[in-house]
Amino acid sequence: MLGYTLRRLWQSVILLLIVSVIGFSVLNLAPGGPLSQYTLTPGMTKEALDRIAEQMGLNRPLPVQYLDWLWRLVQGDWGHSYRDGRPVLEIIAGHLWATILLMGGSTLLSILIGTWLGVHTAIRRGSAFDYVGTIVAMVSLSIPTFWFGLVAIYVFSLKLQWLPAGNMFTVGDGSFLDYVRHLILPSVVLALVNVAVWSRYMRSATLEVVNQDFIRTARAKGLSPRRVLLKHVLGNAMLPMITLAGVQLPALLGGALVTETVFTWPGMGRLFLDSLGYNDYPVVMGLLMFSAILVLLGNFIADLLVAFVDPRVRLD
Amino acid sequence: MTDKQDGFLLNRRQTLLMLGATGLTTIAVPGFFRGEALAKEAPKGQIIIGFSQEPTVFNPHLLHVECDEGVHYAVFDPLFDVDPEGNYFPLLAAEVPTVANGGISADGLNWKIKLRDDVKWHDGKPFTAEDVKFTLELLTDPDFRSWRRTGHELVRDLTVVSPTELTWRMEKPFAPYAAFLASTFIVPKHAFDGVVDKNSAPFNNAPIGTGAFKWKKRVAGDHIELEANPDYFGEGPHIQQVVIKYIPDLTVLYTQFKTGDVDLVGVQWITADHYEEAKSLPGRIIELTGVATIESISLNMERPYFKDPAVREALYHALDKQAIIDAIYYGVPTPTESYMPKESYYYNPDLPKHEYNIDKAKAILDKAGWKPGADGIREKDGVRLSFKNSTTAGNNLREQAQQFVQQSFRDIGVEMTISNLPPAVMWGDYWMMSQFDSVMVGLTPLIGPDPDPSDFFKSTASPAKGGTGQNTWVYANAEVDALMEQGGALFVPEERLPIYKKVQELVRKDLPMLPMFQYMQVRGRKADVDGFKGNINNRIDTWNIRDWRRK
Repeated sequence: MLGYTLRRLWQSVILLLIVSVIGFSVLNLAPGGPLSQYTLTPGMTKEALDRIAEQMGLNRPLPVQYLDWLWRLVQGDWGHSYRDGRPVLEIIAGHLWATILLMGGSTLLSILIGTWLGVHTAIRRGSAFDYVGTIVAMVSLSIPTFWFGLVAIYVFSLKLQWLPAGNMFTVGDGSFLDYVRHLILPSVVLALVNVAVWSRYMRSATLEVVNQDFIRTARAKGLSPRRVLLKHVLGNAMLPMITLAGVQLPALLGGALVTETVFTWPGMGRLFLDSLGYNDYPVVMGLLMFSAILVLLGNFIADLLVAFVDPRVRLD
Repeated sequence: MTDKQDGFLLNRRQTLLMLGATGLTTIAVPGFFRGEALAKEAPKGQIIIGFSQEPTVFNPHLLHVECDEGVHYAVFDPLFDVDPEGNYFPLLAAEVPTVANGGISADGLNWKIKLRDDVKWHDGKPFTAEDVKFTLELLTDPDFRSWRRTGHELVRDLTVVSPTELTWRMEKPFAPYAAFLASTFIVPKHAFDGVVDKNSAPFNNAPIGTGAFKWKKRVAGDHIELEANPDYFGEGPHIQQVVIKYIPDLTVLYTQFKTGDVDLVGVQWITADHYEEAKSLPGRIIELTGVATIESISLNMERPYFKDPAVREALYHALDKQAIIDAIYYGVPTPTESYMPKESYYYNPDLPKHEYNIDKAKAILDKAGWKPGADGIREKDGVRLSFKNSTTAGNNLREQAQQFVQQSFRDIGVEMTISNLPPAVMWGDYWMMSQFDSVMVGLTPLIGPDPDPSDFFKSTASPAKGGTGQNTWVYANAEVDALMEQGGALFVPEERLPIYKKVQELVRKDLPMLPMFQYMQVRGRKADVDGFKGNINNRIDTWNIRDWRRK
C-alpha cells in the first residue's frame, strides 16, 4: 500500500511538471500578452506599455520566467494576480468556496435523483417509466444551460417573483436562509443535466449487474426483491460510480461556467474565464496546477476506494 | 454641477469670454460648496450598480481599465474635474488654476495650485500639499508601474509652499495637462510610508481617499461595497451605501435590471438590441448618452493601395454608414465625419458630408487608373486592390458590419477579406506596430475635454516608425504636425479653436480612418435614482456619484 502510494506520488510529480511546462508555454507563446488589453485606453502609448512590461519582468526569456515561477511555486508562493495583486492561492480559495456551495448542492441533488432514476429505469426496463425516464434524461441533457437558466429566471424571478434572479447572497443579508434561497435556482438548473448523466450511468451499471448469475441465485434463495436490490444489485452497481465520482471531482471543483455566468455566481469557472480573458498568467497557471492536482488526487482516491470496497481489486 | 446652484449660470461662450485670457475654461469659485453652510442632510438608502467588468485595480495610478475608474471616482478626488459642458470645477483645489487668477503663468510654464484646507482622508488624517506632491512624483517613479506619465514627466521643481499651496514649473508648455490633471486622483502619502514596493502596497487593495464614499469591502468576483463618507468636504453624499455588482454577461445584467436586482446599469450598459424594449419598462429611465469613442475603419497608410488618396476617398463613398447604423446598431449611434465628439467645444460641424454613392466611388477609382482585372478586382501598376480587415473576434456587431462593408466594397471592385483575431492578439503588436491592412475599431483619441489628438495623428507618434504614440495608421501630414505643435502650446480656447478645426478638416480630407459613427450608450436606471448625469468628458458613470440620491 505504501509502495503503491509512493509510486503514484512520484508519477504525479512528473505529470505536474509536464502539465506546467505545456501550460506555461502555450500561455506565453500565444501572441499578444497581458498588456494588450490596455492598448485602447485613452492616452495609452506604446512607450508606456513597453515600460510596464519591463517593470513586470515580461521581457525576460521564457525559460527564465518559467524557472522563476517554478522556484517560487516549490517554495509555496503561487504568485500574485496581475489584476488585483492578491496572492493566487487566496483568490482560488475565495472562489472555491462559492463553487463548493453550488456544486455541492447540485451534485448531491443529481446523485440522489440520478441514482434513484437509473436504478428504477433499469429494473423496469422496457416499461413506460423507463421510456419516459430515458426521454426526460435525453431532453435535459440537450437543453443548453444558458437558455434553461434564463427561462428559469424569467419564470421564477421575473414573473412569479419567488426566487432571486441570481447572485450568491443579498448584500447586507447573507444569512443561511438567504444563501439557500439564492442556491435553489442555479443548483436545480445545474442538477438537471447531471441527473441525466448519473441516471444513464447508473442505469447501464444496474442492467449489467441485474443479469449476473449471483443475482439470479439471490432471487432463487428467496430473498425479497427489495433486499436483492439494496444489498446485491446496488452494492455492485455502485462500484463504477465511485470511479465516475473520482473523475468528476476536478470537474466539480472546476465550477460550472455557464451556470455561474447566468446566475452571477462568483465561482471557479468564471474565475478561469476572467483570468484567461485578462491574460492574468499567474492566476491561470495557478488554476491549471490546481485542477491538475485535483485530477490526480480524484483518481487516486477513487482507486483507493474501489480497492477498499471491491475485494477483487488489489493495489500492489 | 454645484457651481450652477451657486448662481454661476454662465453658458460656455460667456465663460470663455470672461476667462478669455485664462489658461482654462473654468468656473473658479471660492466657497464652491455653499450647501455646506446649511446642515448636511444624512445620506440614506443604497444603490446597486451593475458592471459587466469587474473593477480590480483600486490604486488609480496602476494600469487599469474603464470600470476601475467607477470605484476611483467614488473613493478619490482629483484637484479639479470637468462637467458635461467641458467646464473645469474645483474639488481638492480651492480654485482651478488659470492665467487670470495667477494659477498659471502667461507662458504656461509656471503652475501654482491652492488647496482646500478642510479636507480629511478617510482615515482621519488631514489632506495637504504633500499628498499632491507625492501623487505627482509617484506617477513618474521609475520603480512604480504608473499607467500614464504623459504631462507629469514635464513637471520640474515641484515645491510645497505651505500645506495648502504648491508650485511647479513645466519643462515646456503643454496645454492638455489640465485634462490629464482632471483625471489624476490624489492618493495619500502616509499610506505608502515604509512601503518598499509601491506596486504591491496594502493600500492598493484597501484604498484610502478623500472622496464621497469610503471603501468598505470587496468580495472578489462578486461585488464591492462603499459607504458614505460623513466628513466629505463637499455637498453630498446623499446615499448611505453603494454596491458595485459584477455581472459578466450583458444579457444577464439587463435581466437583473428588469427584475430590479440592479438599480443602475453601468459599463457596458444596455446593449443596443434591448434599447426599444428597455424604453417600455415601467419605473425605469432609459437615456442615450454620447461618448467620445469613434468607430472607424482605420487604414494602414503604409500599404501601397492606401497610399493613393483616391482609393481612400472611393472606399469612403462605398461605405453605407446609415445602413450599418440602422440595420446592425439599431439606429443608436450617430454618424460622424470627425474623430472629435460632437459635444466638444472644438468639434468642427462644417466638415464635408459623407455621401454613400457607389457610382461616384467607381468613377474615382476609374479616374485614378485602378482598372478591374480578370476576376473583377481592380489593379494598378501590379498592385491589387485587395486587403484584409481585422477586428476583435467574437464582437458580433462588428463582424456583421464587416460583412456588410465587404459586400459594398466588392461592388466597386475592391476585395476585402476578413481576418479577425482574439483581443490579446488584435491589440498587441498587430495593432501597435501597424501589422494590419485595415481595422474596424472604436477609438478615443482625446483626453477628457482637451482637443489635442497628437498621440494619434502626429507623424512622430507611430510605433512602427519608432514613435511613442498610437498613430498606428502611420499617418503623416506636415501641416497637421505643425498645427498640433502650435495648438499644444496655446492656453486660450478661442485661439486653439481654429487650429483644431483645421486639423479635423485635414484629417477628414486625408482619411487615414474612414469615420463611421460616434458611439452612444444606452444607460438605464430606476426612476427614483436622481442626480445621475452623462458626461462626455468622463468615461465612467460615477463621475458625479457624490450628487446621486434616492428619491
